[in-house]
Amino acid sequence: MLAMTEVISMTGVHKRFGQTRALDGLDLAVREGEVHGFLGPNGAGKTTTLRLLLGLLRADSGTASLLGGDPWRDATALHGRLAYVPGDVTLWPSLSGGEVIDLLGRLRGGLDDKRRADLLEMFDLDPTKKGRAYSKGNRQKVALVAALASNVELLLLDEPTAGLDPLMEDTFRRCITDEMKNGRTVLLSSHILAEVEALCDRVSIIRAGQIVESGSLTELRHLTRTSIEVEVANPPTSAADLGGAHNVTIEGTRIVCEVDAQHLDDVVRRLATYGLRSLVAHPPTLEELFLRHYRSGGDGEETSGT
Amino acid sequence: MSSLVGAWTLVRLILRRDRATLPAWIAVFALLPMAVASTFEELYPTAEEVARAASQFGSNPAFSGILGPVYGGTIGSLVAWRSSILFVIIGVVSLLTVVRHTRVEEETGRRELLGSTVVGRHAPLAACLTVVVAANLVVAAVVAVTLTSTGQPAPGSLALGLAIGFSGIMLAAVGAVAAQLTDTAGAARGIGLAVLTLAFVLRAAGDSAGDNGAVSWLSWLSPLGWVQRVRPFAGERWWVFVLPLALTAACAAAALALSLRRDVGAGLFPARLGRAEAAPGLASPLALAWRLHRGPLLGWVGGFVVLGAIYGSVAEGVGDILEDNPDLLDIFEQLGGGGSVLMDLYLSGVMGILGLIASAYAVQAALRMRSEEEELRAEPVLATAVARHRWVGSHLVFAFAGPAVVLVAAGLSIGLTYGAVAGDVGNQVPRMLGSALAQLPAVWILVSITVLLFGVLPRLAGASWLVYGAVVLITLLGAVIGLGQWVLDLSPFTHVPTLPGGELLLAPLIWLVTIGALLLVPAFTGFRRRDVG
Repeated sequence: MLAMTEVISMTGVHKRFGQTRALDGLDLAVREGEVHGFLGPNGAGKTTTLRLLLGLLRADSGTASLLGGDPWRDATALHGRLAYVPGDVTLWPSLSGGEVIDLLGRLRGGLDDKRRADLLEMFDLDPTKKGRAYSKGNRQKVALVAALASNVELLLLDEPTAGLDPLMEDTFRRCITDEMKNGRTVLLSSHILAEVEALCDRVSIIRAGQIVESGSLTELRHLTRTSIEVEVANPPTSAADLGGAHNVTIEGTRIVCEVDAQHLDDVVRRLATYGLRSLVAHPPTLEELFLRHYRSGGDGEETSGT
Repeated sequence: MSSLVGAWTLVRLILRRDRATLPAWIAVFALLPMAVASTFEELYPTAEEVARAASQFGSNPAFSGILGPVYGGTIGSLVAWRSSILFVIIGVVSLLTVVRHTRVEEETGRRELLGSTVVGRHAPLAACLTVVVAANLVVAAVVAVTLTSTGQPAPGSLALGLAIGFSGIMLAAVGAVAAQLTDTAGAARGIGLAVLTLAFVLRAAGDSAGDNGAVSWLSWLSPLGWVQRVRPFAGERWWVFVLPLALTAACAAAALALSLRRDVGAGLFPARLGRAEAAPGLASPLALAWRLHRGPLLGWVGGFVVLGAIYGSVAEGVGDILEDNPDLLDIFEQLGGGGSVLMDLYLSGVMGILGLIASAYAVQAALRMRSEEEELRAEPVLATAVARHRWVGSHLVFAFAGPAVVLVAAGLSIGLTYGAVAGDVGNQVPRMLGSALAQLPAVWILVSITVLLFGVLPRLAGASWLVYGAVVLITLLGAVIGLGQWVLDLSPFTHVPTLPGGELLLAPLIWLVTIGALLLVPAFTGFRRRDVG
């Protein structure tokens, strides 16, 4: 693949709120045309990162560039080229959903009326209701339609499907797939792993204000462990005999363990020496991948099994 | 009663949330009457001087229209008369407190969270009313004790304390009803403040022609008139307390009954549908600001027209009083102008009051930016191609021009009604218009202070209400409780020329405008540099 330009690039960004370190040396790179998953536990700094990129917050230190400009200094000019869906959508109680969509679109520099109508249809949204009458999911749809109907290069989405029903989540995925085909870049903060798996080219995982992992899903999978379950003829006496395996459980002739990718070869060879009768291996699931990074401690070393 | 389960826990929650504000306002209202009493004692050391002051104040329609009649001729009766401004202010505070703990809780969804726990249907409303009623009773008790301890008669002290307390209690109950009617806190506050304004206007109209004037029955229609007609220190009429008690009971019962007839989160007035597509004009921050500000603006304009019409039309009664009081006529003729001087004195007093009320609107309009920010509605707008200064500027258009519009409305309304009564519309309209607009530079100072707090110390933006409260107290009570000139000078209204009637001094107005404009510089710079949200 050709070297791609970076739409978002942040290096060593720090941001404190009083005593709290919200961002603690964050590095983030999002390439042009990709859907980039942005994951992390609650309070890790995802929303702070997005607000910094929008120039709503000012970084204490570090550098950030967005669409080739400075997110703080060039905020207004850059905002014409991006659309944002906040995680917590609040609407003006007296404005209808349709009015909010049009207003935000026009403030960005115009929106595609055809696309607006299609999106209202797809998301099954009644634009005549007043802001205060919408449920959380419907408020979310208003913000999504406003963002997706705009002709922009970059979409910043902060947990955009929180509150949507599964049908609407599916609609959302189709929309993002379309956006990708149109060459738009998307930064998608999300907790929904299936969504991330279905949509994202690359992901970055943030914890306690730092990016702890970044790469394609294949690369990240490679970093995590495969679970192995075997039946052997002559089981070892101690877990220590299986160097490189984690959380080893030996019950009679049955052994269950987790193995890092780099030790897989060693461990399987060792197991073979015990006389394999059956072997089941599970590839690492995304859940395991994320849980490992989300847990405090962060090096993935859970309490060792017996 | 199962409908009240959890009420005590909620009382504790309210006390915890208001642990700073509640003691603060209780202390202010409880101690002010004592401060007023000691100042009057210094000002009028002998009984004759007290009696003379009482009769002068009592016969001046400018004063009785604003503060009500003076009953009796003792220090106590002067304190009771002057404290009538506290009836209004404690009413506003109690009303806002009730709305904040009821409708705001529903609007933000916190009520839902509480309602899902073991909390009775009536518990939140009952808990909130309990706290506010108790706070007002504490005020009443402290007023009674402090005034008695400084040598005032005990029955009068108790009556005045209860009059102040019941003003707050009645408005708390009114607020509880208002909070059931609408589905937004803003509209609930609006209804409550409209009721209070009507009560004030009725009392002012009834009293401006004297205690026994032709329209004095109007005061009996006003809750603010009732508490005054208890006549503390002047032969207390205890039976009058039946009226506030009945109103409170009726409102509280109505609020509880209404709350059974509606869903949590909804009001009694149903929500309407809006447009599917925005009008072509809704395409700028200014257009959005107009949508957000137009409702309050129209409401305030309507209120000011009514207020002006009432003040203008009762001005005629001022003349009647002069006919009854040749001594007073002499005094004013010595001042060089006879009846018209007194009339102008009354009207200039009215203008000052209108300026203070317009300032409340101005602060409210300026704080709209902060609530937009806090409720995360500034974020989506600032995330579009709208620069921060454009967003602030569009709100400031309404914070600065809005008060001008309401003052013009009031000036026109007074000019037309008073002019019609006096048969001199052609002259009075421009005079009243000019006099009303002379208040504007002082009002703008409060806007600038609010915007400065918003730009530099956003978390303290709400403190602009404290600034406003201080300005109101200094302007209306500062001289009476003997604050030094330098304290009086802190209120921008001290520097507004006395119009109509006085000399039109441009210098102080220009100074006020300049200071207001200079305060905006750090306000804008601060907002440009700070974090949003």
